[in-house]
Amino acid sequence: MSNALDVRHLTISFGGVALVDDLSFTVAEGDSLAIIGPTGSGKTVLFRALIGALPYRGEIRWAAGAKVGYIPQKLDIERDLPITGNDFLLAKARVGRASRDEIRRALDLVNLTEDTTRKPVGTLSGGQFQRLLLAFALLGEPSVLLFDEPTAGIDEPGEERLYDRIDRLKQERHLTLLLISHELSLVYRYATQVLCLGRGRSYIGPPADVLTPQKLEELYGSPMKYHVHE
Amino acid sequence: MTAGLGELVLSLGMAVAAGLVGCFAVMRRMTLASDAISHVALPGIGIALLLGVQPLLGGIVMLLLGTLLIWAVETKTRIPTESVIGVVFSAALAVGALFTQGESLVEALFGKPGALGVAEMAFGVAGSIGVAIFIVSQRHRLVIALVSRDLARTSGIDVSRLSLLYLLTFSVTVALGLRYLGVLLMGSLIIIPAAAAKHLAANLNSMLAIAVTIAIFSTLSGTSLAHALHRETGPFIIAIAAGVFFVSLLKRGG
Repeated sequence: MSNALDVRHLTISFGGVALVDDLSFTVAEGDSLAIIGPTGSGKTVLFRALIGALPYRGEIRWAAGAKVGYIPQKLDIERDLPITGNDFLLAKARVGRASRDEIRRALDLVNLTEDTTRKPVGTLSGGQFQRLLLAFALLGEPSVLLFDEPTAGIDEPGEERLYDRIDRLKQERHLTLLLISHELSLVYRYATQVLCLGRGRSYIGPPADVLTPQKLEELYGSPMKYHVHE
Repeated sequence: MTAGLGELVLSLGMAVAAGLVGCFAVMRRMTLASDAISHVALPGIGIALLLGVQPLLGGIVMLLLGTLLIWAVETKTRIPTESVIGVVFSAALAVGALFTQGESLVEALFGKPGALGVAEMAFGVAGSIGVAIFIVSQRHRLVIALVSRDLARTSGIDVSRLSLLYLLTFSVTVALGLRYLGVLLMGSLIIIPAAAAKHLAANLNSMLAIAVTIAIFSTLSGTSLAHALHRETGPFIIAIAAGVFFVSLLKRGG
């Protein structure tokens, strides 16, 4: 199987400080890569470099023709901006030449009603807004999804539903998935590979090899509790 | 009659362009910047008067240079755009006032209707049509970019190029208003109708439509009121637009 993403000797610095230092990893097509690590280990910075929003040294190579859908963790949006969810999705559809039918399917997938998309984006709840961003990312048939903290701002039952939905989507559309998460038990269940970003060293492997109490303690600097679903 | 018709066409074009461009200026939170950008036209007008060339030409050249400067600072440096605007553009106003004096200074600052040359007419018509086409056709890209530059990037939008094109469109719009509103007031016709529309609109297209309507209404009623009272047009246009804005505040509260 070929690689969806090939990262070699990636270094991302801000003002002389390397937030990501000489990082190399690959993601096979169809994989689900979870990225974990303590706050400040450069997870979001890594994503932003992957989409070309930050300067870096080293090499980032996407598979030929890869289309990336990006779901940021949060966006600061003015409450009274007169831009509705519909405006936002229609804009992406027009730019990416997607049909209105595709918008309807994306909304169905993320379980948003048309009533919700008629509201200004700044007035949506955290969970609604994140699902809108997911629908936005799905338009234009991406081959890769980059998902930063899928469950931030969502209550616990919502978390599992969202992961289920993403997982189903991934199977249906043969997506490659990269997600940043703090939910180790969900990572254990859904990820095929786990990339641990630490301030010292980083490593990658299948969840069973990487998510051991000892390695997690090394990574986070304190014991981590998580529950492995059977 | 022909002169009156030309004036009507130009001021309508100016109003449509100002309403459309203003929506994104307000949503991008560049309200203050846009006021300052228009000031940069003044030294251009002054230099053109000194050299004996068409003042509008001097204004346009300086506006384009000012726009490129803002774009370069926004995208290529880490200097806060606001400080650059505060310094450079206020200085432009001062330098411009040194070059331009007496009657022509007042005309440049507040605008003055008069006989329209062929070149001015052609620029006005082509400019307004160009601005309207750009905003209407690029509104989807502009919306995504203002919500998030990262999302714009992953949607295949060249954010820095879009930003440059928008700023150029903005400066053309300012140039369209130099004749009737002048350097000081054109920024207001761009911002005020859009700010009112932001309160009143429920979605993007209605914001664009409302802003254009308010800009046209203010321009037409301000112009006829000024003609009737034999006064300058600019101040009336802006005073009416400001009145509409305050009424829109009431609607928002209610």
